[in-house]
Amino acid sequence: MASQIISFRLNGEVLEIAVSPSEMLLDVLREKMHLTGTKRGCGKGECGACTIIFNGKAMNACLIPAMRAQGADIQTIEGVAGPDALHPLQQSFIDKGAVQCGFCTPGMIMSAKALLDKNKSPSKEEIREAVGGNICRCTGYIKIEEAVEDAAQALRANAVQGGDL
Amino acid sequence: MVQNYVFPASVSEAVTVLSTNRGKARIIAGGTDLLLELQDGKHTCDVLVDLTQIAELKNITEDNGFIRIGASVTHAQAAKSELILQHAPALAQACRKVGSLQIRNMGTIIGNIVTGNPAADAAVALSCLNTIAEVTTQEGMQTMPLEDMYAGVCLSCIDSCCQVVTHVKFPVKQPGQGSAYLRMEQRKALALPMLAVSAMVSVQKDSFEWARVLIAPVGAGPQHAVDAEEFLKGAPVTPETIAKAGQLACNQAKFRSSAIRGSKEYRLGVLPVFVERVLEAAVANARQA
Ligand code: FES
Ligand code: FES
Repeated sequence: MASQIISFRLNGEVLEIAVSPSEMLLDVLREKMHLTGTKRGCGKGECGACTIIFNGKAMNACLIPAMRAQGADIQTIEGVAGPDALHPLQQSFIDKGAVQCGFCTPGMIMSAKALLDKNKSPSKEEIREAVGGNICRCTGYIKIEEAVEDAAQALRANAVQGGDL
Repeated sequence: MVQNYVFPASVSEAVTVLSTNRGKARIIAGGTDLLLELQDGKHTCDVLVDLTQIAELKNITEDNGFIRIGASVTHAQAAKSELILQHAPALAQACRKVGSLQIRNMGTIIGNIVTGNPAADAAVALSCLNTIAEVTTQEGMQTMPLEDMYAGVCLSCIDSCCQVVTHVKFPVKQPGQGSAYLRMEQRKALALPMLAVSAMVSVQKDSFEWARVLIAPVGAGPQHAVDAEEFLKGAPVTPETIAKAGQLACNQAKFRSSAIRGSKEYRLGVLPVFVERVLEAAVANARQA
């Protein structure tokens, strides 16, 4: 089967990679690029463990044909932290105890980041809608909601100080 | 096994690729159902023909008295669209219920119809809006009412190896008209509907001029609750007539007991309440503006 070279922006850097027409983006990220932060849970769009931000929107990498990544702007959990510090979402997940086994965490953070990138003052409802497609078997979700609220607050405070996170 | 994945720049290019591949190429839009069906071996194809780069299929427009939705419009896009919120609240409500936000960001409204699922949220809502599909083949474009697009349970009349549903459209909302959608589910996200109902009403001077009431999953595609619709024609808008319509809807509700969707008896028990609620919501919407 003929592979094709595609190019896309991944975590801010433009790169080229050979993909096959039947491959999913999740497999390219994990198996070819060894970016294993994006998890494979169900492989069917039902758990959210593979959530990435694709052209500004949260999507399940297990259901994106790799070919569709041509020209796209993609963020994965590996690109979320700043050079010197964790992203406020990552920090608040730790501080609030929103991580237990950690398997759902990268996907949760990407879903939450897609929300906060557009809306720094989300309501509880909006937070629930954003992470509703991410299944967590450990935390019971309350801590996750609190962590997202907390991170939103940190991002707002940072915006007031003129910082750029 | 998929050997080739192409992005045509126009609808005519897409149908040309389909016809030159003679049944071995298949249309893909969102892909949230199709990719799983390919993995499970329910379909095989050599070439996937991706519609998502075709500019004219990306939008929701108002056009000659119709609201027109292109083949790559996603559920998330429709749920937020001003045109949809204004003219088809039933559709906006249905689109918010599909899968999860991630799925709504990928899956398309037209894909929701073409997969043929009998209780696909958007399809149930579109049915009450009197939706028409525009279907293009190598021979040209034809229109087809949404209700004629189902060949059986989970079976579409559309053959995605030679036909492209480029748009669906429904009439703009007139004064006195309103619509609503409601579903029952086991949890608030990532859940299939156990029961889905939609209604569109035209209310003139405190009477129903007409009402369309759709229920699913009770057959191939969303089904009209014809006895309720007939009864409501000309009936006064009162809690009593709405309750009666709810009861009458059971006449067309041939539920089957299902491990995922719940028992027949239970769903028959809740159906009248859901029909009442959806009619009340549609009437409230009709009286709004
Ligand atoms: S692995 Fe993609 S949604 Fe579960
Ligand atoms: S922390 Fe274990 S699944 Fe969420």
